[in-house]
Amino acid sequence: MDGAAILERLRARLGSSVIETHAQHGDHTAVVDPAALPAALSLCRDDADLGFDVLMDLTAVDYQKYPGREDGPRFEVVYHLYSLRWNHRIRVKVRVDEDDAVVPTAVPLWPIANWFEREVWDMFGVRFEGHPDPRRLLMYEEFVGHPLRKDYPINRRQPLIGPRI
Amino acid sequence: MGVGSFFTSRLDEAIGWARKYSIFQYPFVTACCGMEYMATACSHYDVDRFGAGLPRFSPRQADVLFVVGTISHKMAPVLKRIYEQMTEPKWVVAFGVCTCTGGFYDNYATVQGIDTIIPVDVYIPGCPPRPESVIDGLMKLQEKIAVGAQRY
Repeated sequence: MDGAAILERLRARLGSSVIETHAQHGDHTAVVDPAALPAALSLCRDDADLGFDVLMDLTAVDYQKYPGREDGPRFEVVYHLYSLRWNHRIRVKVRVDEDDAVVPTAVPLWPIANWFEREVWDMFGVRFEGHPDPRRLLMYEEFVGHPLRKDYPINRRQPLIGPRI
Repeated sequence: MGVGSFFTSRLDEAIGWARKYSIFQYPFVTACCGMEYMATACSHYDVDRFGAGLPRFSPRQADVLFVVGTISHKMAPVLKRIYEQMTEPKWVVAFGVCTCTGGFYDNYATVQGIDTIIPVDVYIPGCPPRPESVIDGLMKLQEKIAVGAQRY
């Protein structure tokens, strides 16, 4: 399936839960409603024609201070999916606000999401509902804040605590 | 005993002389400086000429800690423990700008110089330092060892 057909399939099966779609340089993206995210992701994985069996990447973007996006939801969580069987790709995005930065976990679908989601929590402070091990991944437990947020001061230094060993 | 068959020395000088040619290093290699460290250690530059050719991979058997590469906050307690595990006398070499000052990793994750955690005897700046700089640093360390100057 090419990207347009994949987007068409998602729209047909998920209806208005697909908020918008776009294609850029041959990469196709679907923005879905947070409430419909588990359904969208399991559709991507389990539909025989889609067959997205690999979660290539899971990351987030902070749109604070982004021109034209100041008023909208602050974060976007991005899922890069790939199908080994069909050799096609799709991006699924979900928008969440700062006050309500919670996204359902994808760990039951792809175990690799475990560390990806821990990293997103660590760096951006987006929480993943139902994650089996919601600790920080890169920084130590005593670290305060989420360093990849746009409002984290670039020159803030935290006291040397480090993890307990 | 005839003339010329003995010489006198101070005991500490004799010990210092022996120590400076029997450096057992612990390479704490975390980043890209490690490549340059290996280049220095191998036959082309050959730190064995300075008696430092035998790295020990146990801190208990080492007396010079070579900190080679960026130290993150998460790695800092590990480095400190390695240092504490070394037996005295012990020396520390900061290899590369990341260990000296944090280098260009002026960010939330990186220790801004390992001297915020452990005492350092010789700083070798460079990104990465050339083997000549490393050997220069090693010779400066030997001078320090010979006179028993150390900071632990």
